[in-house]
Amino acid sequence: MNAWREALRAAWRAQLRDWRAGELRVLALALIVAVAAVTAVGFFTDRVERAMLRQGAALIAADLLLESSREIDPAITARADALGLRHHRMLTFPSVLLDEDDDSQLISLKAVGEGYPLRGELLIGEQPFAAGRPADGLPAAGEIWVDPRLFTRMGLRLGGRVLLGAREFAVAALIAHEPDRGASLFQLAPRVIMRHDDLPGTELINEASRVRHHLLLAGDVAAIETLQAQIEAEYPGEIRVRGLGNARPELASALERAESYLGLAALVAVILSGAAIAVAANGFAERQADAVAVMRCLGAEQRFVLRVLLLRLLLVGLAASLVGVLAGFIAQGVLAALLAQWFGGALPVAGMAPALAGVATGLVALLGFALPPVLRLRRLSVLRVLRRDLGLPDASVLGVAVAALLAVGALMVWQAGNLKLAALVIAGCLGTLGLLGAAAWLSLAALRRAQGGALIGWRFGIANLARRARANSLALVAFGVGIMALLLLTLVRVDLLEAWRAELPPDAPNHFVINVQPAEVEALRERIAGAGVEVRGLFPMVRGRLLSINGEPVSEGDYADDERAQRLATRDFNLSFAAVPRDDNPLLAGQWWAPDSDELLWSVEDGIAKTLGIEVGDRLRYRVAGSEVLARVANLREVSWDSFQVNFFVIGSPATLAASPATYITSFHLPPADAALVPALLREFPGITLIDVDGLMQRVRQIVDRAAAAVEFVFAFTLLAGVVVLIAAVQSSRAERARESALLRALGASRGQVLGGVAAEFAALGLLAGALASAAASLLGWAVAAHIFQVDYAFNPWLWLVGAGGGALGIAAVGLAATRGVLARPPLQGLREGV
Amino acid sequence: MAALSPSAAAEAKPEGTSAGEAVDERGSAAAGAALLARGLGKTVAGPGGALEILCDVDLRIASGEAVAIVGRSGSGKSTLLGLLAGLDEASSGGVELLGQSLGDLDEDGRARLRAGRVGFVFQSFQLLPGLTALENVLLPLELAAAEGHWRGELRPRAAQMLDAVGLAERAAHYPAQLSGGEQQRVALARAFATDPQVLFADEPTGNLDEATGASVIEQLFALREAQGATLVLVTHDPALATRCDRRLEMHAGRLREMS
Repeated sequence: MNAWREALRAAWRAQLRDWRAGELRVLALALIVAVAAVTAVGFFTDRVERAMLRQGAALIAADLLLESSREIDPAITARADALGLRHHRMLTFPSVLLDEDDDSQLISLKAVGEGYPLRGELLIGEQPFAAGRPADGLPAAGEIWVDPRLFTRMGLRLGGRVLLGAREFAVAALIAHEPDRGASLFQLAPRVIMRHDDLPGTELINEASRVRHHLLLAGDVAAIETLQAQIEAEYPGEIRVRGLGNARPELASALERAESYLGLAALVAVILSGAAIAVAANGFAERQADAVAVMRCLGAEQRFVLRVLLLRLLLVGLAASLVGVLAGFIAQGVLAALLAQWFGGALPVAGMAPALAGVATGLVALLGFALPPVLRLRRLSVLRVLRRDLGLPDASVLGVAVAALLAVGALMVWQAGNLKLAALVIAGCLGTLGLLGAAAWLSLAALRRAQGGALIGWRFGIANLARRARANSLALVAFGVGIMALLLLTLVRVDLLEAWRAELPPDAPNHFVINVQPAEVEALRERIAGAGVEVRGLFPMVRGRLLSINGEPVSEGDYADDERAQRLATRDFNLSFAAVPRDDNPLLAGQWWAPDSDELLWSVEDGIAKTLGIEVGDRLRYRVAGSEVLARVANLREVSWDSFQVNFFVIGSPATLAASPATYITSFHLPPADAALVPALLREFPGITLIDVDGLMQRVRQIVDRAAAAVEFVFAFTLLAGVVVLIAAVQSSRAERARESALLRALGASRGQVLGGVAAEFAALGLLAGALASAAASLLGWAVAAHIFQVDYAFNPWLWLVGAGGGALGIAAVGLAATRGVLARPPLQGLREGV
Repeated sequence: MAALSPSAAAEAKPEGTSAGEAVDERGSAAAGAALLARGLGKTVAGPGGALEILCDVDLRIASGEAVAIVGRSGSGKSTLLGLLAGLDEASSGGVELLGQSLGDLDEDGRARLRAGRVGFVFQSFQLLPGLTALENVLLPLELAAAEGHWRGELRPRAAQMLDAVGLAERAAHYPAQLSGGEQQRVALARAFATDPQVLFADEPTGNLDEATGASVIEQLFALREAQGATLVLVTHDPALATRCDRRLEMHAGRLREMS
């Protein structure tokens, strides 16, 4: 204990003395960036988790929530009564609202009765986005409460009249807080609340409408648990049960993904900061060589010397980690501003766990990247006091690489929460860094050959870039990664979406109509055609749920590793039936049925068949409108989902589904000049739901933009890490630069010539980093376009201008700032420093 | 170790004599002093207060003269050399170098004055590690050419100077690949490449063994003789000092003429 105390005292004294030297400050800066990146994400996700926990039952406005696409069995409410539970029925479904100016908007309609909500509070108000007051009951008859987004987007006014289906309503108030709205994360349609008993007059509901039935229950915890267990056992797959434990699984899933992906993005900054830590630690070790040799010569044991060095590293590590945590706490405010509304708005204060995790990250990074260079001092010969030519033993490349990899690997596994994902990300990072590093090295080698040894001014600077190849390669890669990530998230993302949109034919459908009753089909077709608009077929749509494949019941548990399969196995399908195949759905296996066939047959889309393990000849059983339908898979077909045409996963032969209750769906392309058709259709066919695809696409784009902004923010830390790597590289070559500049000035170079050389070196570094990043981003963009989006990717000159130009300007500025101290001293001082 | 041959030394003088490729402005300073110092002083801030390194130094060095400045370690010799060369600013007094008052010039002005006209040989060689031997010799030539103080071919001149010091075959080698003596010979070639009017040498053999040092000194004086440069040599070696025309001694910041 004494020995450690002595070592700590020595370490503290040495630290105070040595703080002015640059290496420890650079090391600290690198740690601050790394810890800030990780804690910014950690604090944000912690706040969201706390918000969700705090909201608890309010998230579902009840203690237990049952949901179904069919009316919930009245026997359940009888049982609830018997158990002394309060209950409340409500409906939600998509619809369209038409205002006084005939503008329409897709909405999510909620029809509630007395007693809503059972938990939490519904707040309303008269001003958009204001705090609101507790609602006293429900909207009055003939009145609705609307989402403030809808209110402002459509320019509605309080007391103004709107049309919902066949009935007019007055806008009475704005919804300030809806307890079970939870997140607006994927809600593409703003909310409207109405009285349940106002529904009949609207003609919106019919047998085949896409209505979601909800039963809210609240009361004694034991009674709730009893009822929950009974329903889960008796209505598997038919009724979705949500209790406090799984109140908002989509939110929980979204939060888990956000934490995982943002955390992994933050770890890229940690890896790059690690490079800066390694360079700074190397410089620190070099500078400590004389001191260590003297201490050993004067009698200090090697153990003591090592303890002092380790404690010095830990002191810096702890202090820098704490500053990093503070910086991360401030930075997470940006993430909260971007994403908080997705998770319910105002977020509570974060807890301490992310701070502890941040400090742990800092210490792991420190040990992984700083320890190997510093431990070289263990093998330093004491004879260095007599023979200064005895330098530090070379670092074992393998040792350094293994230590760094272990540190990074541990952090990645912790962050990803999943070994497979962590391994993928590590492989991806190493591959990218390796490729960029190789490209950087080759570029510098080519530059060296091309320059022919220019010696003064800007040519000297560019030649210097090639001469300091190792340090510059590191800085090149660090900046390259940061610039590439940002280019991908900004320009390439926009390019890909534009390329996808451009591939769509100009007359691709931009409106969908659903909930068309069989009796309305011909009238609707004639009405639309009469306006000169082509209807792309009117297709029957039947709701059904998959029960079994070849007699084996289908459940979530059958697809434990496949989230998509789990969703497909438990959701309601939109089935259809057709006598003849479509030209745009080519068959991949099997045969289509004869138009007048009386066989019970299915045609299944190839993708879903692969996901659920369905093959031609398999027997699929569906529940349709309370009955079960069993049919054989006759063929598999290909569907182009991004064509915006109406398509179905599963189509039955007419014999299979023609007798089932169906609504009809169609799509058409409406030129802007014919926009008046929309309100006309809504008035003449009040039961239909008319979806404007352009509006939806805009909403999707807003969501994607926000998510991208959050990821961009986290990747900004990688740019900061790149700056620190550059500072570390400049620091490590400081003495050399001081001597070089002093000698040039002694031999007659002006400060302008010397400064020009430095500026040229860093501008060229930035240009090269930006060019490499632009090349990598273009390549990745092309790969994604060709293999995922399957669209043509066009060359974007802005990508190169922004990447290379921005890189040159930004890095030149940083490099000049980092070296200005070197140039400020008299030549004599610089010459002496170099001795 | 190759000594500088008389023929090589002769070749080290630029073609067309001193009025040829070097833009020689010796005319204005030739009649007077190459170096003049009046009341020169240098004080630096130290932990215990101001520290006087040089005090009231007066000095006149005629054009073409070889002057040795001797003294113990810490006497201020190198500081004096730095002030005379315009590498630092005096705290008091003034210096005239080649007829120009250094106090009237800013740092760029001093640099421009030195380009092509002043050569240096340092104790620690001060070669740029990232440049080859040839490129190190080429450096002052490029700087001089940029200021208009050198006209003609640069690379051939640099190669010629390397040959003059017996290192023609090491032109493509980096300083790390050369011995101490070889590095100092490259430094000599660099110092004399532009046919300088003044050469400052700060302990040129300080980091060399006796034999190597002696060889380097021979080459230095041979080149100096061939080109006629004014030499200011800082050394703690009395024997070396005797090879110069005059000897000055630094002691506790003050300069006195030695007999």
